[in-house]
Amino acid sequence: MFQKVWEQHAVVAETPDTPAVLYIDRHLIHEVTSPQAFTVLRERGLKVRCPDRTLATIDHSSPTRSDQIFGGVPIAIESAATQIAQLQRNCVEFGVELFDLKSDQRGVVHIIGPEIGFTLPGQTIVCGDSHTSTHGAFGALAFGIGTTEVGHVLATQCLLQRRPRTFAIHVPGALSPGVTAKDLILSIIGEIGIGGGTGYVLEYRGAAIRSLGMEERMTVCNMSIEAGARAGMIAPDEITYSYLKTRPRAPKGDAWERSLARWHTLASDPGAKFDREITIDSSRLEPMITYGTNPGMVVAVSGFIPERRDDPVFDKALAYMGFTAGAPIGGQPVNVVFIGSCTNGRLSDLRSAAQLLRGHHIARGVRALVVPGSQQVKKAAEAEGLDRIFIDAGAEWRESGCSMCLGMNGDTVASGQYSISTSNRNFEGRQGPGARTLLASPMTAAASAVRGRVTDPREFLNG
Amino acid sequence: MEPIQQIRSRTVVLPFTNIDTDQIIPARFLRTTTRVGLGKQLFADWRYSADGALKPEFALNRPEATGCAVLVAGRNFGCGSSREHAPWALLDYGIRAVISTEIADIFRSNSLKNGLVPIEVDELTGQWLLEHPGAEVSIDVAGATLRLPDGSAVEFPLEAFVRYCLLNGTDQLGFLLSREREIAAYEQAARP
Repeated sequence: MFQKVWEQHAVVAETPDTPAVLYIDRHLIHEVTSPQAFTVLRERGLKVRCPDRTLATIDHSSPTRSDQIFGGVPIAIESAATQIAQLQRNCVEFGVELFDLKSDQRGVVHIIGPEIGFTLPGQTIVCGDSHTSTHGAFGALAFGIGTTEVGHVLATQCLLQRRPRTFAIHVPGALSPGVTAKDLILSIIGEIGIGGGTGYVLEYRGAAIRSLGMEERMTVCNMSIEAGARAGMIAPDEITYSYLKTRPRAPKGDAWERSLARWHTLASDPGAKFDREITIDSSRLEPMITYGTNPGMVVAVSGFIPERRDDPVFDKALAYMGFTAGAPIGGQPVNVVFIGSCTNGRLSDLRSAAQLLRGHHIARGVRALVVPGSQQVKKAAEAEGLDRIFIDAGAEWRESGCSMCLGMNGDTVASGQYSISTSNRNFEGRQGPGARTLLASPMTAAASAVRGRVTDPREFLNG
Repeated sequence: MEPIQQIRSRTVVLPFTNIDTDQIIPARFLRTTTRVGLGKQLFADWRYSADGALKPEFALNRPEATGCAVLVAGRNFGCGSSREHAPWALLDYGIRAVISTEIADIFRSNSLKNGLVPIEVDELTGQWLLEHPGAEVSIDVAGATLRLPDGSAVEFPLEAFVRYCLLNGTDQLGFLLSREREIAAYEQAARP
């Protein structure tokens, strides 16, 4: 599948001495990694080559408090306000469509692309954000780029790229109740390690993958980069097509039929060769949670923090987390719960958290923040009454944005506090200086919010 | 980007694996619209205490690290986010080359766009460098070799195209713009 998409987009093939010139179908931009790229365009007198292939949103540094978005209250962080204003000016000057602060289409960049049908199978999609791998769930080749490359795509709609190797991850079988796409991808990262995918494009295959809905597939592909892989892909199928068919920007009528015929040819051929392959036994998977300072440091929620000898980096991670090797992870205290992000901020994620929280209240002293991934997700959740479940349980219900995933927008975790987060990175200080992050699924996060300590969500599912 | 032929420097060593870009420059410093002046925020949470004072024990803060232009780190340096602010911060601080047994893809690509030389070495060389902070090394971009204090030379992967760009300070956008004819032809043929 990867080879087909690559070859269809090679404007100039690679040679031993020079990289390929790869055509980019869709370019998503946001306020944090684009300003310096527009500056280069301006300095060199260049235009945006294909404004119709470019879409901008505001997510990383935008506040999630309603009064700062809609209530006329100024954005609390001045540098964030400056950055947002800069994107607004750049989009006007260069003719790029922007889902502005008050737009009901605004949201986290990797939520809105699929939501409106801007993301389609077989495309090349890039964004100045490493979680662009999310869009690979549609059978697109999607990867994160730096700001210089954002400038390259704006100016030429192309990138200079070396062809990566391919890595098939087979997941036969089916996930057990209480085990989600998040638990699956955390297990995969734990298995291959956070550098295990470096230099590869991952392809997730097998019955357990096929049985996932599109939102769950996006959760899996989203965290490909946490294994070091710039891209992760899943072949499109009927689930993909039925998700896309009614999306506003998906092709319609004859164009839909023509696209469908093309998409049917994307899947890897039977007997396709991969540079590396592994198989994950899905039936043995359990709800997973991280205990350390990278996403590969992960155990079952029912498990124990591992012990390792003569590994100062491991010891440093446990010291940062304030954990003891050999102790059970279940029952560890929780101060903050964050449900949201490009990994787990979609409607199905909010539903699964709400299902657990319904009729419960979060534990005394725990702060829970629920941040929908987009304004459309927010609207749909409110139509189902999910917001009431969260608010009645004692959680805060916010406007969309990256929020506490990376703590650059006013939503942070205090030093030394434990945060169970449905996001993608538990690096030191990711959610705020000194913050201690445990990555988990929305269900595990919700269960832990209720008990005020790390809790296996299956305790709730079993009545 | 300035042309780079040779780098000669003592090394400063961060003996940790998986140093991610959130450590190199935390997200709260990304609320900027320029690429200048990020050096003071390099490794901010490792370099400074909460009150802003320098942590004297951190490798970059030690007197012998002054003026070091080559950073040695454990495996998988630069993993995580795509922020180009990471190489911008390293360069602004004065680091011109990074040596590790493995360098993350996006960080490597971003480094090459800015003239920060990413050097991947074998386990043995990597281990030796980690154990010998302050080693005097020299890097030859044209030959893609790293010379160790004992005079031995270790080759590192640096493909011809990026080598040319580093040596000449060539910005890759110019190369892409020169492919206008091919890009236009592709668009003509492939646009659905």
